[in-house]
Amino acid sequence: MSKPDDKTTGISAGTDSTEAGSSSAGGIEKGQGNGDSGFVILFFIIGFVASLIIGWVVFPKLLYSQKAQPIDFNHALHLEAVSDGCESCHLFREDGTYAGVPSNAQCVDCHQEVQGDSPEEKKFVEEYVAKEREVPWLVYSKQPDCVFFSHAAHVKKAGMECITCHGPIGESTSLQVYEENRITGYSRNIWGKNIAGIKREPWDRMKMDDCAECHEKEAGKRSSVQTDKEACFVCHK
Amino acid sequence: MKIDRRCFLSLGIGGAAGIALSPLPWKLADDSAIWTQMWPWTPVPADGEVTYVKSACTLCPGGCGISVRKVGNRAVKIEGVEGHPVNDGGICPLGLSGLQLLYGPTRVKTPLKRAGERGEGKWIKISWEEAIAEVAKKLGDLREKGESNSVACISGSDKGTVPSLFKRFLSVYGSPNFMRMPSIQDSYEIANSISLGFIAQSGFDLEHADFILSFGSGLIEGWGSPVRMIRANSSWRKAGIKVVQVESRLSNSAAKSDKWIPINPGTEYALALGLAHVIIRESLYRNDFVHAGALGFIRFRDLVLSNYSPDSVEKITGIKKETIEALAVDFARSGRPVAICGRGHGKAQSSLGELLAVQALNALAGNIGKEGGVFAVNDPAYIAWPAYQVDEAGAAGIKKERIDGAGNGKYGLAKSLTNRFAGAVNSGLPVSLLFVLESNPVYSLPDTKAVKDAFKKIPFIVSFSSFMDDTALNSDLILPNHVYLERYEDVPATAGLSKPVVSLARPVVSPQFNTKHAGDVIILIAKEVGSPVSDAFPWDDYQACLEGTAGDKWKMLNEEGFSSDPAFTAQAVNTSPGKFDLSGGVADLSILFTPVNLEGDPKAYPLLLLPYDSFRIANGYIGDPPFVIKTVEDTVLKGKDILVEINPATASANGLSAGSYAILKTPKGSARVKINLFDGIMPGLVAMPRGLGHTAYDNYLAGKGINVNELIGTLEDPASGLDAAWGIRANLIKA
Ligand code: SF4
Repeated sequence: MSKPDDKTTGISAGTDSTEAGSSSAGGIEKGQGNGDSGFVILFFIIGFVASLIIGWVVFPKLLYSQKAQPIDFNHALHLEAVSDGCESCHLFREDGTYAGVPSNAQCVDCHQEVQGDSPEEKKFVEEYVAKEREVPWLVYSKQPDCVFFSHAAHVKKAGMECITCHGPIGESTSLQVYEENRITGYSRNIWGKNIAGIKREPWDRMKMDDCAECHEKEAGKRSSVQTDKEACFVCHK
Repeated sequence: MKIDRRCFLSLGIGGAAGIALSPLPWKLADDSAIWTQMWPWTPVPADGEVTYVKSACTLCPGGCGISVRKVGNRAVKIEGVEGHPVNDGGICPLGLSGLQLLYGPTRVKTPLKRAGERGEGKWIKISWEEAIAEVAKKLGDLREKGESNSVACISGSDKGTVPSLFKRFLSVYGSPNFMRMPSIQDSYEIANSISLGFIAQSGFDLEHADFILSFGSGLIEGWGSPVRMIRANSSWRKAGIKVVQVESRLSNSAAKSDKWIPINPGTEYALALGLAHVIIRESLYRNDFVHAGALGFIRFRDLVLSNYSPDSVEKITGIKKETIEALAVDFARSGRPVAICGRGHGKAQSSLGELLAVQALNALAGNIGKEGGVFAVNDPAYIAWPAYQVDEAGAAGIKKERIDGAGNGKYGLAKSLTNRFAGAVNSGLPVSLLFVLESNPVYSLPDTKAVKDAFKKIPFIVSFSSFMDDTALNSDLILPNHVYLERYEDVPATAGLSKPVVSLARPVVSPQFNTKHAGDVIILIAKEVGSPVSDAFPWDDYQACLEGTAGDKWKMLNEEGFSSDPAFTAQAVNTSPGKFDLSGGVADLSILFTPVNLEGDPKAYPLLLLPYDSFRIANGYIGDPPFVIKTVEDTVLKGKDILVEINPATASANGLSAGSYAILKTPKGSARVKINLFDGIMPGLVAMPRGLGHTAYDNYLAGKGINVNELIGTLEDPASGLDAAWGIRANLIKA
């Protein structure tokens, strides 16, 4: 057993000495390092810049696929027509639960027949209302199933505005492109448009930290002994 | 200047540094964490509005009211309905698991026609029109040939509109052969005919009784209406009411009772007669129903006084005479004692002698038709359809004798004797076409081989099952019914209830597959067969029939979910004093009261095999869904092995030990079983659960354990034609 060991040591020691002779230490001594190290630095920079481009520009492009909504809904137009703001359509049911995205049943009161000349409305009436199919809306704010979120607690009890988390969606005349994370299947809006995760407005992101930001400030109850914050089970039931 | 290895190293380091300063690694780490929550097999709860639909459970004869929680269009949970007269908010494990039947893989999704050999499982899909036309054509041909009486139907129940439509169909078509699956109510009906003079089932006001004497009835295992029984049990506990369980093995009911009296199996009738002896001898009986001067009473009295003294009964039953004396006095001196029989779930018949002996105790205690006692309960009253015209062919057919013999000659008092069906077909009585409705006879009738042989002799079998069960698998055509959670249907709860309740099953979700309501199918078949059969079905569809039948109660049924109005459901019949005939015109009482001679040579088969019922194993039309089979203890089912219970003494006599394998042999067949030693079973007995050993259904149920019906047979009670076999002789040989 000792023989091959010795041999290996011998070879590697030899290699080391050869390397040492021709590279760094020797090179500097001989004063020939400028050109070589120039290349080394150049390559470092190439590697550095290329990967920054990959990380900041190419990666986000690859990570998200772009999907169009089945119908291009005009929030602004509808908001003008209703009396009760967002809750006119995104309503709370009698039992206090939140209905989320409206179903056809809510829309048909007005859209049993095509009323205007919008091609999107025509598509909605013909493809969905007439065929009794629900619209497969892509939901920008859909959270993983491990999160328990109650709209009633936030809107009804804490009196928060929709805009705080969802942004001024009500003013939009057209739906933004839905960018789906190819790995997780969730919308880009959860992480935020900014790939670095930096937000300017409170509604720019919807990650756990963004919830926690508010919960740390607002929620009086510190129910976790370990963290002296709100316990995990507030949302992760 | 040259580009060497260092440059590439440097490129790599630069790249790494750049990547580290980009969001890529952190974002990827975060995304992959979330990705792990997205496995396709991770169950994701449905999203949507939460609603509740009131309906009724049809999975057993219990007749519970259920409330199904839905999220969006998905049914997610079944709960009991508060305030329902049967279950008042309670539910059993089977009822709770109904969604697995609705959404599970065993559903038959479209009409199927057999393609390969029977039982091979090769099917072709056909349309409803083709299927109905094919059945109607066969029916038409048979009728033309004057063989209408060779058409038969085996149904899970004979109550409610759907079974009644099938029965009506056969009657106008020209066949008397509507049969229902056997149960203890067959025995109660005949016993009531004899002692009360009219046919009726028996209901028990167990909630108000103050002394319960059970002859092997599974009070906790699910006798009659299981949730109701569990509730009654709790009320007895609270009120300190005494429960005595007479049974040869320590069942859960025996374990929970105040007194367990082990008895030689099959001698329950003798104990009842011994108790009657003491009650009569001590003049402890009440005159309400038995007139000391009545002939029936005198004959009965003479018989029990001379032949059934505690001394002789001790010899038959193995119960000490002191115990018998004390029990008789306890029973008779209680204010509202009640005696109840029907082994286990009450799904098997018992001999007429046993029934009459036990009912005699109720009569002697004076509790017939009284609070806390036994009631004679008529069939539900609400199904009153207009009379129909029969043509000559129909009239001739309906007059012919039934395949099972019921209603004729020595079986004159019986309404249905499905226990005799297989034997009759095998002996050559012709059945050309069989409808199977909400039942699984190939699995649940005793003597599976004889039943399968009989099925082989029937050229055309039509199953209406929603599931690919053992019978559907052995049929030629499957016309799948909606599952109960997809259909409207009246659900009369009659199993042992003194006040019947009719509930309404309502569709909780829309039909998931290309199935059709069996009620609609039989109406369509009738229309296709043509006049006069079609004239007897004036309804457009089943829904019209049901609403018309319910009449002014329809609104209430829909809103409340049930009706317990006796005018609508069924009347408990008043039994006038002195009208209970203890020996009921039976000429020779000794035929009634003889021990059943079990099949098998005692030398070759020194042991007795006793099937038993468990709360956790469904053994009717419905088999255990996955949730329920998981609750079965590993002393009953381990892996695919079934365990039989034997006493340690039996084990050592046969060279067996706990966990060892043995071959269980009976005159009907043999099976490989595992041994479970149990001190709570008498030596010489081998107990095996009913409800395992399915050949059909899903992987959770099929192939697990042994179907005890393959090992037992039927044994005709000479006095009534009922099946009197409570077991069979057996042998256990070390494997
Ligand atoms: S007892 Fe019978 S009817 Fe009641 S819930 Fe259980 S299976 Fe259904």
